[in-house]
Amino acid sequence: MNAPRLPVLRSDSAARQWFAGLPSSRTGQFFGNHQSLSVIVGMSIATAILPFIVLLPPFSGFGNQTDFVDGFAQAGVWVLLAIGLNVVVGLAGLLDLGYAAFFAIGAYTYAYGASPFSGNHIPFWPMLLVGAAVAAMFGLLLGAPTLRLRGDYLAIVTLGFGEIVPVVFNNSDQYTNGTNGITALYQPIIPFTSTSFGFGNPVPYYLTVAAIIAIAMALLYRLQDSRLGRAWMAVREDELAAASMGINTVTTKLLAFAIGASTSGLAGVYLSSKLAIVSPTQFGFTVSFTVLAMVVLGGMGNIWGVAAGAFVIYEIQSQGLKQLDGFVGSWFPNGLPVVGHVEFLNYQYLLYGLALVGMMLLRPEGLFPSRRRRAELHDVDDSAAANEELVEP
Amino acid sequence: MSDQTGQPVLRTVGLTKAFGGLVAVKSVDFDVAPGSITSLIGPNGAGKTTLFNVVAGLYEPTSGHVEFLGRRMIAANERSWLEPVFWILPAALMWALTYLAAGAGAPTNLVQVMVLVGLGILIASLITAVIRPAWYDRMLVRVGIFKSARPNDMVTAGIGRTFQNIRLFANMTAIENVLVGMHGKLKASPLDAILRTPSQVKEERHSTDEARRLLNYVGLVGREDELARNLPYGDQRRLEIARALATKPKLLLLDEPTAGMNPSETAAMMTLFGRIKTELSLPILLIEHDMRVVMGISDRVTVLDHGEKISEGTPAQVRADSRVIEAYLGKGAA
Amino acid sequence: MDAGILTQQTINALTIGAMYALIALGYTMVYGIIELINFAHGDVFMVGSFATLWLLATFGVEGTINDPARLVIVLIAMFAFAMVTMGLVGVVIERFAYRPLRRAPRLAPLITAIGVSFILQNLIQATYSTADFNIPQVIDPQAGVSFTMPTFNVGGFAVTSSAVTASWVHLFIVVLAVAMMVALQLFVRRTRLGRAMRSTAIDREAAQLMGVDINTTIALTFFIGSALAGAAGVAWALNYGHTKFDIGFQAGLKSFTAAVLGGIGNTTGAAIGGFLIAFVEVFSSQLGYARWSEAIVFSILILVLVFKPTGIMGQQLAERA
Repeated sequence: MNAPRLPVLRSDSAARQWFAGLPSSRTGQFFGNHQSLSVIVGMSIATAILPFIVLLPPFSGFGNQTDFVDGFAQAGVWVLLAIGLNVVVGLAGLLDLGYAAFFAIGAYTYAYGASPFSGNHIPFWPMLLVGAAVAAMFGLLLGAPTLRLRGDYLAIVTLGFGEIVPVVFNNSDQYTNGTNGITALYQPIIPFTSTSFGFGNPVPYYLTVAAIIAIAMALLYRLQDSRLGRAWMAVREDELAAASMGINTVTTKLLAFAIGASTSGLAGVYLSSKLAIVSPTQFGFTVSFTVLAMVVLGGMGNIWGVAAGAFVIYEIQSQGLKQLDGFVGSWFPNGLPVVGHVEFLNYQYLLYGLALVGMMLLRPEGLFPSRRRRAELHDVDDSAAANEELVEP
Repeated sequence: MSDQTGQPVLRTVGLTKAFGGLVAVKSVDFDVAPGSITSLIGPNGAGKTTLFNVVAGLYEPTSGHVEFLGRRMIAANERSWLEPVFWILPAALMWALTYLAAGAGAPTNLVQVMVLVGLGILIASLITAVIRPAWYDRMLVRVGIFKSARPNDMVTAGIGRTFQNIRLFANMTAIENVLVGMHGKLKASPLDAILRTPSQVKEERHSTDEARRLLNYVGLVGREDELARNLPYGDQRRLEIARALATKPKLLLLDEPTAGMNPSETAAMMTLFGRIKTELSLPILLIEHDMRVVMGISDRVTVLDHGEKISEGTPAQVRADSRVIEAYLGKGAA
Repeated sequence: MDAGILTQQTINALTIGAMYALIALGYTMVYGIIELINFAHGDVFMVGSFATLWLLATFGVEGTINDPARLVIVLIAMFAFAMVTMGLVGVVIERFAYRPLRRAPRLAPLITAIGVSFILQNLIQATYSTADFNIPQVIDPQAGVSFTMPTFNVGGFAVTSSAVTASWVHLFIVVLAVAMMVALQLFVRRTRLGRAMRSTAIDREAAQLMGVDINTTIALTFFIGSALAGAAGVAWALNYGHTKFDIGFQAGLKSFTAAVLGGIGNTTGAAIGGFLIAFVEVFSSQLGYARWSEAIVFSILILVLVFKPTGIMGQQLAERA
């Protein structure tokens, strides 16, 4: 308490907490005060280091660097999705089970803007903003009539929306080429040159998504520490009291929804430009659920935590399970004791399900929770336990 | 702070609120004079908190209305069936225009764009209706549609309140709670926050200082970073008052602010109320059960029983009123 | 207009509606008592159909059974087995996945429910693969009553009729489902346990203070709901003759829509909702919008929740003050 008062409030960021733990060094205070800068610096360091870590064992045994970097670029999509959903679920406390719908909208917007099918060729970089804006608009459209519903009802409505959107894309052959999807989307061009990103080299994609993520995180940290961020927290805590303090809860929730949707749209534009195709089957409930799992497992409400969680889960899913097959195969050549030969990749969703159930029962605040969230969730358990003792015979 | 001396800050006229068959508040007329402390008392179940909740915008009254600072803000909705017309009208005009343009031979592309613009206008109207900004309500009033004010509208107009069962934001710190109270009066938009404009930074700094001042004013020195749920009970009540004061109200509604307090804490609260009245010139409407508080600081007392006003006057007058005694102690006690 | 097709589709809709109604009852009962949307419920229905597959395979039942006595025995065995095992599955899920989270914030049990749904789907997938599996249809799907509807012509409006087949399978399913729903209503209204369920749904703490054992009551609710889903699984197997690991998701969502449409928490509403949703599905297919039937059903869900969240039967669940 000897350090001079910080003009920015105490908030959830893990970075802030870590830095706050440093002896009152000027660096620590500096980064605490300038969160956006710390995000950019942190992301730059991580982005620069990752491609080189994979050259070291044991990672070098799993694959070559190009494949890894491509995997990181893919992971970036999920990180972006998780950060966006975190605004809706973690910060504002709204249950959204149909997040993939906005992802699809962003992707198809890009397909509409830059494909031979539609006959348009708008460059990638402005399309990022267009895709985000279109998705945000749909977020407003969905949210306006539905955000006043109670939590579980809202979850179901968003789930329904998440089911409807791919069906619409699937059936509107004239506009979306229906089940076949739209192919040969134009890829981004490196700024100030005329070179397309191309398919062989994942590095430009990797750098692009890292930049998008860094900017998104920085902006979201600023929002979290602002009037709007406090309004989100208040609405999440006690909506009636929040309204009684002058907060327009409708606007607050709509903003969360729109911002979440726009981030998802951003991810959609990026992914469709990378894969150069878009198809209705890419956007099912599994996607919505996976992002939700990443947010919950990562540590709801904590921006860095959610990003790290998404990255870890994606890597486990794409690399870890395959490697697990290999390890177990080499230690138990005749199969595991009871269950015999197990191909872990097939059981991916089973493991997800078990992980989620286990997490909810044991550590509902997630892997990298904010201090606040851990306090919220564990004190509930303590008081619940006390009540149980009073009432059970 | 009263705007016009003499005119009541708050006035209810024939205010009635029924929940299904149960009439909680029955045709209550009462005023709060500027710069005064008015107490609302009555046996349990008399309808006091319901009255508060109506005045604060939580419920739409069944009949009657509430005037705040001379303006009718709360009443049963009038002609709300007309509202959908408003939503459709701008888009319909656009589409009518489109139809004319098509008839006059405009190119297909333009017509398509106009249809889409019409759709966009419709969507914008619907979203505006859901958000209900102040200018929207004013526009409706001009055509004869009245919609009762919501809680956040009442706060904007100048009502600050506390709750009978303390509704702090438990997992936010004391200072964050107060800052939330300031929400309505801060000017920075989310865009300003994203861009970290100098005005936003300055506003945040000022508001943090102001919040600290408010915490000190109510007696919560040095507790600002404590989570609200960890504060002792008395401090939580004070924090609620600080939060209500942060809304820069013109009338403070306090619902049983001294409930559960011992005599010395109660005395401290009474001093605080007195200071609020004199130093801040802020009128207070108080629901109270503790008669020492009521008799000690009220300028005026209104008594409710079974939803009806049964007596009103200075503390001394009300104390002597036989109807009041009967309400509390039963017939034969007067 | 072809009255024959109209009638045929009505019969189809009633059959499908019966299945949705049975599943919807489970959703509505569980929501009524612990305010949880049990995402795993649709998958319990799916597991029920696989349980039927397993039973028939284990006892070497290969196809249609013509001997009435044997048919009755097999049907009783199928339903009893599926209902009891699914009931137990429901109880186990509740005990281990939901009960510990009874006081946690809303998001936690919701996520757990989705997790359980994935677990169930994957267990079946792992055991049986993702393929479509044929189930012997013990009641001959072709056997039934064939007739045509009366035709007439009134001032230019012609009513023709193709042949209609009301197969025994359809009739059996509809009659059985209605019988189960009536039995459930009687149980809930007339018995002590039923009263315990209703009182727990209205006010859990008060019920507890009156001596109702909450844990058992909730477990019983899950048992009954899951058993009904199991019955729906058997009905599905009888009607369609095949099953797949993912039928639970779609059927579950549609049944949940039915429960919401009828009024969540209201058992009569769930039944009505089930039939209504089935009618919407069947007739939108009939009118050529088969590809859109899902989107139509989910749009109904959204519209009901936005405009009339209490549904048709309009039962308002007690809001905590």
